[in-house]
Amino acid sequence: MKNTGMMVGCAIGAVVLLALGMLVAWGVSSYNNMVSLDQEVIKQWSQVENQYQRRADLIPNLVNTVKGYADFEKEVLTQVTEARARVSQFNITPEVLNDPQAFAKFQSLQGELSGALSRLLVTVENYPQLKANENFLQLQAQLEGTENRISVERKKFNEVVQSYNTTIKRFPASMLAGMFGFGEKQYFKAIQGADTPPKVEF
Amino acid sequence: MKYSFIVFLIFLSSAFAQPEIPKLKMWATDLTNTLTKSELDDLNKRLKTYQDTTSNQVLVLMIPSLEGYPIEMLAEETATKNKIGTEKNDNGILLLIAKDDRELRIEVGYGLEGVVPDAIASSIIRNVIRPRFRDDDYYQGINEGINAIISAIGGEYKSVDADEDDSFPISIIVIIIILIWVFASRGGPFVPGGIYRTGTRSGGWTSGSGSWGGSSGWSGGGGGFSGGGGSFGGGGASGSW
Repeated sequence: MKNTGMMVGCAIGAVVLLALGMLVAWGVSSYNNMVSLDQEVIKQWSQVENQYQRRADLIPNLVNTVKGYADFEKEVLTQVTEARARVSQFNITPEVLNDPQAFAKFQSLQGELSGALSRLLVTVENYPQLKANENFLQLQAQLEGTENRISVERKKFNEVVQSYNTTIKRFPASMLAGMFGFGEKQYFKAIQGADTPPKVEF
Repeated sequence: MKYSFIVFLIFLSSAFAQPEIPKLKMWATDLTNTLTKSELDDLNKRLKTYQDTTSNQVLVLMIPSLEGYPIEMLAEETATKNKIGTEKNDNGILLLIAKDDRELRIEVGYGLEGVVPDAIASSIIRNVIRPRFRDDDYYQGINEGINAIISAIGGEYKSVDADEDDSFPISIIVIIIILIWVFASRGGPFVPGGIYRTGTRSGGWTSGSGSWGGSSGWSGGGGGFSGGGGSFGGGGASGSW
């Protein structure tokens, strides 16, 4: 009687231990998985950021080249310069990804800059001399290339975020995600005209 | 959940809008039947030799039409899907020509963005290729364009055999692990919303003419092109003629 009781107790104990062990193993692997996906998102975010930075860095040069053409519309240039200033004042950290409002703000600031830049490139159409300037053409190629890189890196970023968000929201990993504070991350949404590189006919 | 659904829809809709991404089996591929067989043979032989000596993969693809798709996106997706360039150096370049749209693009892999920056790519298009294309001399345009690209690359990267004993394992193992993670968490590589959804259109380029396997017609030994795993980030330049 005593013996069977002990045996049953042992068996239950072993099963509980085994279950606990499996739970811990599952918890560890799914936690690590979330950590690595989180890092992937941050890595890809820095790629996106780099390209936006690269665009901001090109602007002073572009403005200077265009300014040389005396009667060039001042207003268009001012808009570009101001939009760039607003973009560089906005402080971006990876935390932005968890904050829908800050992320939307970041997107709209970059979108304004894209808009100002495409207006500038459209205005240039009226200046055949400027369009024939090799220096300007090179800057324009760099700018178009950067716009294109931005859209490629944004696409890759959205893919990584999608895989991260799917992981942290899928049951039962979602419980772990809640416990360890893995929050949903923001996607880039297409803004009208912001994700197509400005096209200029030659 | 709502967001991932929206994004899923976006991926799905873009999958429907985009043309089928051609699978490149040769260095030079002409889906428009513009180049003669000997011209293609010549390009293929040169580009293969170039790859054998430098490991840089430079490919040419000529298509009839973009069907309204942006050339920047088609070039990046074609280059990425065909894994042009080596995995180690990302040293691939794709010259994409959409004949009827009169548009072209030089798509530059991550590893060659330093030696072929956008300004150089754009200058090659404007000053080397465009004048030839305007005279309808496609072969010379491509030929001289490739020369210019190769001379811009200069001595960047050597053939793989030259530096075999480099630090191999750790980075590759990490990449494999990340890939396994990514795939496992997606539930498999072919889940909707994956990167490449092809074959959603009927009669895409590859199945349309059915001619490019033949028309590339390269007869030298050593087999066709196969991608080395290079990746692209949208570098390069576009132009029209």
